[in-house]
Amino acid sequence: MPSTEEIYQKVSATLVEALNVDEEDIKPTATLQGDLGAESIDFLDIVFRLEREFGIKIPRDELFPESIFQGDPDFVADGKVTDKGLAELRQRMPFADLSKFESNPEVGAISDLFTVELIARYIQGKLGAGRN
Amino acid sequence: MRWIWIDRILEFKPKQSARAVKCLSLAEDFFADHFPGWPVMPGALMLEGLAQTGGILVGEANDFKEKVILAKIPKAVFHREVLAGDEIVYDVELLHLRKEGATVAGKVLVGAALAVEAEIFFAHLDQSRSQQFFGDHNFVFTGELQRILGLVREAGKRPEQS
Repeated sequence: MPSTEEIYQKVSATLVEALNVDEEDIKPTATLQGDLGAESIDFLDIVFRLEREFGIKIPRDELFPESIFQGDPDFVADGKVTDKGLAELRQRMPFADLSKFESNPEVGAISDLFTVELIARYIQGKLGAGRN
Repeated sequence: MRWIWIDRILEFKPKQSARAVKCLSLAEDFFADHFPGWPVMPGALMLEGLAQTGGILVGEANDFKEKVILAKIPKAVFHREVLAGDEIVYDVELLHLRKEGATVAGKVLVGAALAVEAEIFFAHLDQSRSQQFFGDHNFVFTGELQRILGLVREAGKRPEQS
């Protein structure tokens, strides 16, 4: 299995190609939409590239769930993700770091969870799981 | 003007690759303006020809049931100009095919010379949330693009010309 550093380097190279950004713009905490300017179609392109790059299968909605809550009032109230919603997020996206988000879980901030390091962690989990 | 940028498909390997040819006549409408006295094929139209060749390859993979639309061109490099009188060949290879879409790598060649290299990303419209807007009618493969694939099959049956 490639090292954490190797995975990060490959993820960075993938994002440079998919989003046409400079390598120095890629930082672990850079958000795909906010910092790197990804649009909806780019997410599909990124998934395709990661599959080719790492030789893995990424099921639809696993890495980038399209709509986690679909306006369900159990999950979202007053523009904030409820405790039940947070539990759902943790379950659907075990590779996401929710520690900061949990302190102010505004729905609009969900897109900021999708960072370069999130993808690297997801890939790491995927490759690790494949070995067992 | 008919929006078809392929004259004939030369080779078609389902789910693998396709080659098509386009002969550029000085009589093409766009050469009047692009540019007077220097008839250069616009890069965007070469990308369209590549996308049509790639689109047929991707469409055929699902029996033309999907609405295959050009979603993104992540990479395009133009190496040289292509002029009236040139015969260009679109060479497209399927890199990735999934339920939601496909990626192809394409080249435009003039003889042996490489004129354009591009990567084209197609989305299958119905696999996104847009079906509610577009309905069931497949407006992409309305006939012309499919007929051109029929032509290559007919050409295969023709006796060799001596």
